[in-house]
Amino acid sequence: MYERILRKYEPTADNLLFILHEIQDNEPKQYIPEQGIREVSDYLDLSPSQVYSVITFYSLYSVSPRGKYIVRVCDSPPCHLMGSVSIIDELSEILGIKEGETTENGMFSLEVVSCLGVCGVAPAMMINKELFGNLTPEKVRNIIDKYRQDKQPASQVAE
Amino acid sequence: MPNKIYNKHVLISIDSSTLLAGARQVEKKLVETLKKEKLSESIKVIETGSLGLSDQGVVLVVYPEGVHYVHVTEKDVEEIVRKHLKEGEIVDRLLLEREPEVSTVSYTEDEFELEKQARIVLKNCGIINPEDIDEYIALEGYSALGRVLADMKPQDVIGEMKKSELRGRGGAGFPLWFKWNAVKNEPETPKYIVCNADEGEPGTFKDRLILEGDPHRIIEAMIIAGYVTGSHHGYIYIRGEYELSINRMERAISQAYKYNLLGENIFESDFSFDLQVKKGAGSYVCGEETALLESLEGKRATPRHKPPFPTEKGLWWKPTIINNVETLANVPDIILNGGNWFRGYGTEQSAGTKVYTILGHLTYPGLIEVEMGTTLRDIIYKYGGGISTGRQFKAALIGGAAGAFLDETALDIRLSYEDLGEYDAVLGSGAILVMDESACMIDILGSTMRFFQHESCGQCSPCRVGYQQLTLYVDKIAQGKGEMKDLDDMLELASFMNGSAICALGQSAYLSVSSILRYFRKEFEEHITDKKCKAGICSMSENTEKIAMRG
Amino acid sequence: MKVTIDNQTLELDKPIPILEAAKKVGIKIPTLCYYEDLPPIGSCGVCVVEIEGLGVKRACVTPVYDGMKIDTHSQEVIKHRKMAVELLLSDHPIDCLTCERSGRCDLQGLADNLGINDLRYPRLKYKEKPIDETSPSLYRDPNKCIRCKRCVQMCDNIQSVEAINVMGRGYETTVTVAYDHGMGNSPCVNCGQCISVCPVGAIYEKRDIDHVWEAINNPDKFVVVQEAPAIRVSLAEEFGLVPGDDVTGKMYTALRMLGFDAIFDTNFAADLTIMEEGTEFLKRVKEGGPFPLITSCSPGWIKFMETFYPDMKNNVSSCKSPQQMFGAMVKTFFARKNNIDPRRIISVSIMPCTAKKFEAARPEMDASGYRDVDYVITTREFIRMINEVGIDFANLAETSADTLMGTYTGAAAIFGATGGVMEAALRTAYEVHTGKTLPKLDFEEVRGMDGVRETTVDVNGLPVHVAVAHGLENARTLLEKVKEYKEKNDGQSPYHFIEVMTCPGGCVGGGGQPYGSTMKRREERARSLYTIDGKLKLRKSHENPAIKKSYEEFLGEPNSKLAHKLLHTHYVRRKY
Repeated sequence: MYERILRKYEPTADNLLFILHEIQDNEPKQYIPEQGIREVSDYLDLSPSQVYSVITFYSLYSVSPRGKYIVRVCDSPPCHLMGSVSIIDELSEILGIKEGETTENGMFSLEVVSCLGVCGVAPAMMINKELFGNLTPEKVRNIIDKYRQDKQPASQVAE
Repeated sequence: MPNKIYNKHVLISIDSSTLLAGARQVEKKLVETLKKEKLSESIKVIETGSLGLSDQGVVLVVYPEGVHYVHVTEKDVEEIVRKHLKEGEIVDRLLLEREPEVSTVSYTEDEFELEKQARIVLKNCGIINPEDIDEYIALEGYSALGRVLADMKPQDVIGEMKKSELRGRGGAGFPLWFKWNAVKNEPETPKYIVCNADEGEPGTFKDRLILEGDPHRIIEAMIIAGYVTGSHHGYIYIRGEYELSINRMERAISQAYKYNLLGENIFESDFSFDLQVKKGAGSYVCGEETALLESLEGKRATPRHKPPFPTEKGLWWKPTIINNVETLANVPDIILNGGNWFRGYGTEQSAGTKVYTILGHLTYPGLIEVEMGTTLRDIIYKYGGGISTGRQFKAALIGGAAGAFLDETALDIRLSYEDLGEYDAVLGSGAILVMDESACMIDILGSTMRFFQHESCGQCSPCRVGYQQLTLYVDKIAQGKGEMKDLDDMLELASFMNGSAICALGQSAYLSVSSILRYFRKEFEEHITDKKCKAGICSMSENTEKIAMRG
Repeated sequence: MKVTIDNQTLELDKPIPILEAAKKVGIKIPTLCYYEDLPPIGSCGVCVVEIEGLGVKRACVTPVYDGMKIDTHSQEVIKHRKMAVELLLSDHPIDCLTCERSGRCDLQGLADNLGINDLRYPRLKYKEKPIDETSPSLYRDPNKCIRCKRCVQMCDNIQSVEAINVMGRGYETTVTVAYDHGMGNSPCVNCGQCISVCPVGAIYEKRDIDHVWEAINNPDKFVVVQEAPAIRVSLAEEFGLVPGDDVTGKMYTALRMLGFDAIFDTNFAADLTIMEEGTEFLKRVKEGGPFPLITSCSPGWIKFMETFYPDMKNNVSSCKSPQQMFGAMVKTFFARKNNIDPRRIISVSIMPCTAKKFEAARPEMDASGYRDVDYVITTREFIRMINEVGIDFANLAETSADTLMGTYTGAAAIFGATGGVMEAALRTAYEVHTGKTLPKLDFEEVRGMDGVRETTVDVNGLPVHVAVAHGLENARTLLEKVKEYKEKNDGQSPYHFIEVMTCPGGCVGGGGQPYGSTMKRREERARSLYTIDGKLKLRKSHENPAIKKSYEEFLGEPNSKLAHKLLHTHYVRRKY
């Protein structure tokens, strides 16, 4: 998999962010595994510590496995003002996990993030690439229910 | 091939928020229904960017009537097609409740003449299909570039920019011509043109809507910048969260290449320019120009020490222009209409228009473009429809999280670089977060400080540790354990950060803390002496711990 | 350009940083993250000054301009400086008394100088992070790290190892290795240069003093000690003597007072190394390669080679380092001569180096049936032992090392400086190969502090091309040059012989040396080593009578079968 991704890019350091995105997007557990880091650093002639350093700087990347669905809730001031704390609490309760954690069945990860850029519909969240706005705890429950009906646990899709 | 004549056009707004309301499903249903009703030949469905209505679900606009339908669902499509498009009878129950203001991105029939409106940046947003270069070209798109390449010397373009007095819309408000001129005069090559589309300022999404609604405008402006400065490479750095913007921009770039508007010998001139999208990965500090350069180079986005400035040593330490999306969006029209035309808009020191994202407790949160100098009161009550909750206005945070808090005494302030300066506030990113009485200023300051302690790049300790300490102060007050001297200590700490942090992220602590204490000191004092949060938000006990620890 | 600093006018011809300009008028602006041998980082905000019209700016990264007016200690400046330190203190464990760096900590020193007498800011909410103990040579305590990035700059830019880096963001910013698997599971070469630049106690060597005391106090054990060439020129500064001065005699006396049973000298083994390595070189000259031959005394370099240039394994001399040769000889030759059961012998070495701890622990270092070296302590640990028992080092009488393995030549003495091994090898190789006496012993071309130095020596009509590199980034540059040259020239090497030292300046700049080992200090020490060499009657390894005796009575001849067994080694390929 890595080879296919790497070949699409010129081996210059400025392509690192793109490559990391693509590796992560192709990883069912939505993270960048150690092997990925090794291959990227070889390809771009960077040290693994530098690649790791870059990954851990940006909040969209992860070095540890995450759920099939990453629930990103914004808690920046506009969303905060419009009640994001109750949304986070609700998510935490119905998913049974805290911020930064992944459910045991590998379905959901919960992340509290900075601005998603959809402040006009605050409070907002993003599940993988889908956006949801004007959230209320009830809406959140419905949304998560819909995702839950996708009964197939993430890991089975993965391997 | 002559263009087909249609009787009616139906615009469907496709942006991040309408997509999440189901715009694609509605569109599909609409096309199917038109086919079924045999209307496909006479009615054209056009995908367009944002219409600036954030809270209105899927939005359709029917032309030539200019009727806005909002909150449209799949179920409503048949009714619209049968009643309105076939019979000409408007479906009242789906109509937009208010008359859109002149300056919101929307239009009514008689406002089709753009000159009447204060719309420069957003003039095509919501009007053209952003995925079709021909529609941009049809509305004079790329004619500014044509004119520049055919008739203008770089110095002429800089002259017009200087006359226009266009200043950067990203936050710092630096004159555009100055940067362009500096890079033009740099002997070192290669030079680079970078568009800063890493819009991370909380409450701001104007750049997203410009990128989604009118991507070619940015491309055109960047090519012009390249021509003026002798640069042949450009990068548009878009934050990773903006999937749709990235897709639209990439598509626009490939179309521009096809039309030879990018690449070798543009318009058969001897000028060549290449443009590429770069994708961020979730970091607010990338909006700081030197941090953005680091990120473009594939590194951690830690701001550089200035000087040297990017115009001298920028991307890969070569001369580089970095302009914000909104700033660039002004360029083509300045070329077409002249710098003096642009200068005709706005106030003494702030020419042109400004795009704001207005949100919070507002009836119509969304995106507006108004002339520089429009008062805060007009923005809130005229364009934003006033306070949505029926409560009293309490505060506005202007310029995003890195902005200043103002109270009702500032409502009549004209929003311009110079007027805000008098209030020690800044235009910043143009985000205006409006709060009614239900908001607690301690809570909102806490949210702001936590935002910054999370987004600090971590390289300099004044910022990294400073925000953590400021957060502790706010939490302490929210827990009912504050002391009066904490307020002065916070101010002193914030003022230290203003002087000692490497970049604006750390320095802006002062703006937040000093402005909130200037206008809302009483509320802080109440929390401290009476141990009471009138808004009932602060726990006044240790329970806030959970929130406090959150990034 | 004209610049005014604290009412003093200064004429400058180029825009140097304010920090340097201030030095010229006699002001040492306080710093924390700044380190004179590294590019300025500007993370701490301590070195601020007030510039008229511009306000408070960092002196380390702000260049002067014509007409600039600077106040280095206005009220505003002092306030900022103090707050910068106070904030850092709120993010730092206040356990100074039990800290490795107590009394030698830059942060502590600043807090003292600025008169900070209370902790103004509360300790930040804090998750105690575990101390990284995975490395064979050093500990990393992330709780003490002030994120100044000096260590990262050193590891990345000067050493090009890139084991550590800054990870995370915001308040989670930390310094660690890739995958966070610990230093011991990273490409870290244990050079300890990160320790030498760390301003606080966040990185420090693994402590072996306790083992050494235990051995000394165990009547069943016979404790033998060797000291590296660089030690004797690195002690003076710590005891109020002239920095860099040679205190060999006092050093021996102190060791005796501490209770070691036999006081020998690594210099003896350095001469032995020259005999073995010189012979190896001459053999390659005879057989036509493989070239270049690269020295093997510096264990950081060896791990570097094993990690980044494993294909050059066969270019590296098979000789063990002097430390290990010494150890192997102690447990065989010395044991036999003195009729001591090698099991009773504890072999201790005092090294300027943290990588020596790693080297001594390499599993293959036991060809005699016993560990060559049992414990390695650094110069700093040695100084601590002296201070622990209260030895008045400055006023000690001078004594000599014990015979048998305490005799050495000037060639061995200069091993501690970059270029020294090369010079020593050339002296012997020339004379052994030609049978003639060298007209001039000093090879000035390979001395000094330039990153890479090279020369061609005429050995009886045979032009021998040699090169020297110190600091691993310089070594990398040199090796890449060799690789490129070989690719273009049909495998032909541009050099016959290369010396690589891991640390800038060579062993005098080792990671186990007293804190504050700036390049300037390293140069002072190196100069002192050349003075020792100049004063000695015997300056060529092959003239060392103790070495002659070792071959006659025990080893046979250089590169003999026994010599190979005891004094040579092999390398592995490492991947991370």
